[in-house]
Amino acid sequence: MKFLVCISNVPDTTTKIAFSDNKGLNPAGVQFIINPYDEIALTRALEIKEAAGGTVTVLHVGGAGAEPNIRKALAIGADDAIRVNAEPTDAYFVACQIADIAKKNGYDVILTGRESIDYNGAQVAGMIAELMNIPCISVATKLDIAGTEAVLEREIDGGKEVVSVALPFVASAQKGMSEPRIPNMRGIMTARTKPLQVVEPVAADCITASTAYELPPAKQACKMISPDNVSELVDLLHNEAKVI
Amino acid sequence: MSVLVFAENWEGRFKKSTYEAVSYAAEIARQLNTSCTAVVIGAVSEEDKKGLGKYGATKVLSVANDKLKNLEAGVYTHILGDAAKSVGATHVVISFTYTGKAIAPRLSVRLKAGLVSGAIALPTSLSPFTVRKKCYSGKGLTDVVISSEIKMVAITPNSYKVNTGGADAAVEVFSPAIPDGEFKVVSKEVKKTSGKIALTEAELVVSAGRGMKGPENWGMIEQLAEALGAATACSKPVADMGWRPHHEHVGQTGITIGPNLYIAIGISGAIQHLAGVSSSKVIVVINSDKEAPFFKAADYGIVGDAFSVVPQLVEAVKKLKAAHN
Repeated sequence: MKFLVCISNVPDTTTKIAFSDNKGLNPAGVQFIINPYDEIALTRALEIKEAAGGTVTVLHVGGAGAEPNIRKALAIGADDAIRVNAEPTDAYFVACQIADIAKKNGYDVILTGRESIDYNGAQVAGMIAELMNIPCISVATKLDIAGTEAVLEREIDGGKEVVSVALPFVASAQKGMSEPRIPNMRGIMTARTKPLQVVEPVAADCITASTAYELPPAKQACKMISPDNVSELVDLLHNEAKVI
Repeated sequence: MSVLVFAENWEGRFKKSTYEAVSYAAEIARQLNTSCTAVVIGAVSEEDKKGLGKYGATKVLSVANDKLKNLEAGVYTHILGDAAKSVGATHVVISFTYTGKAIAPRLSVRLKAGLVSGAIALPTSLSPFTVRKKCYSGKGLTDVVISSEIKMVAITPNSYKVNTGGADAAVEVFSPAIPDGEFKVVSKEVKKTSGKIALTEAELVVSAGRGMKGPENWGMIEQLAEALGAATACSKPVADMGWRPHHEHVGQTGITIGPNLYIAIGISGAIQHLAGVSSSKVIVVINSDKEAPFFKAADYGIVGDAFSVVPQLVEAVKKLKAAHN
């Protein structure tokens, strides 16, 4: 079983976001992590590999700045890594890079997180699948593989659905698929010598661009209500805020 | 030039998010001086299909196929791609729901159309086509410019108002040939979240956190939600401890929501939680700790014990509802 897990490099969830001249993230003091959903995907791939055999390759599209996090993925247990040396300018560009590598190397399962926590686009997984003409199960909360068939549970509007699909396929991981692991010392030591291949990008268009950023408008001061007069809150919600 | 919108249905019924998407698409069409066509896939009544005209669609392409009962993103993409070509769509609108998330990226590749997913408002400019969306899980906003010939927008539920007033739409049968080989995903079981309001589309949300002290105390939270007609949600620690199911977890690594009213009970308001709820129109915080950071992000606050405040709140809401029914 050959897994390809795509990881993205994103600001830690505790980051207080600031923009430089509204042109992009101010990176001062920001710690970057593996996108949490990608880490869920990685852990599930490792669990299946440990039970049934196979290899797990991690793939990142981006600059050398992400290498500590790629090494972390190797320390958690991935066998090898590929970094496409290019700015991940938009989802389509990134998906073209991943699809190109996937076509060349032939993986059974391609996993991503359900979305990255920086641009929240939820686009790359479906795009890879369309570029490769294979199915994609998005927002999957469970993944099991038996032989050449996988059974997944995914979120749908109004509930969840259990589906089966033949290999190869793409899936995007949602919470519930696995519990991320902390790398152990042995993992960290072996990660240093695991292969990390750097490749140049293939030509692909960018069809979207984020041109400006700003912070959401600040809230007005909070109106405090006495705990002895709870009905006042209901009055305010009904008559002033008009939401109930 | 024309605008195409995917009018999603759930078990044969349109949802509010569908009407929002049609209204949104029709408004873009109006600004572009062109028409808006809706695509309906599955068994929806003729009346409801015609009724999409009320929200601004002039034409409805109706696709019926018994095999299309479940979400088969590849096939939906095929149908919507063909529909876009048949009407010469220059703009495609889809809801940013789970269904939309499965289809939009595939369709984007098929049409080679730049996609803005999670749009929160009408385009700020039609040329260059620029749409605002949230980034950093609600901690920021960004304007995205689409440079491809065809433009695609996936609109966040509950972020655009429903427009009404249009006349009935003309319904046409649309039946692109779908080879059997394109059906690749087999549905084995659907587990419905029965009777409850879907969190992602709820207008009112009651959410609770560690301050509730244990899962056995959720009864009053559910009572409040029921009295209001709200969905229930929870904070990350509560989902992690297994007090509540993961699908209720709102926050940066959970679901991002933007309801009209968000009531947070016993949630301190960590930055990751705020990220997931910051676009709520009105936030109420009930917490025994007056220093809880959530009060800084709230519109209304009560410093008090949830175990005494919430039951009173349930009674007050019931009284209000009784007075207005």
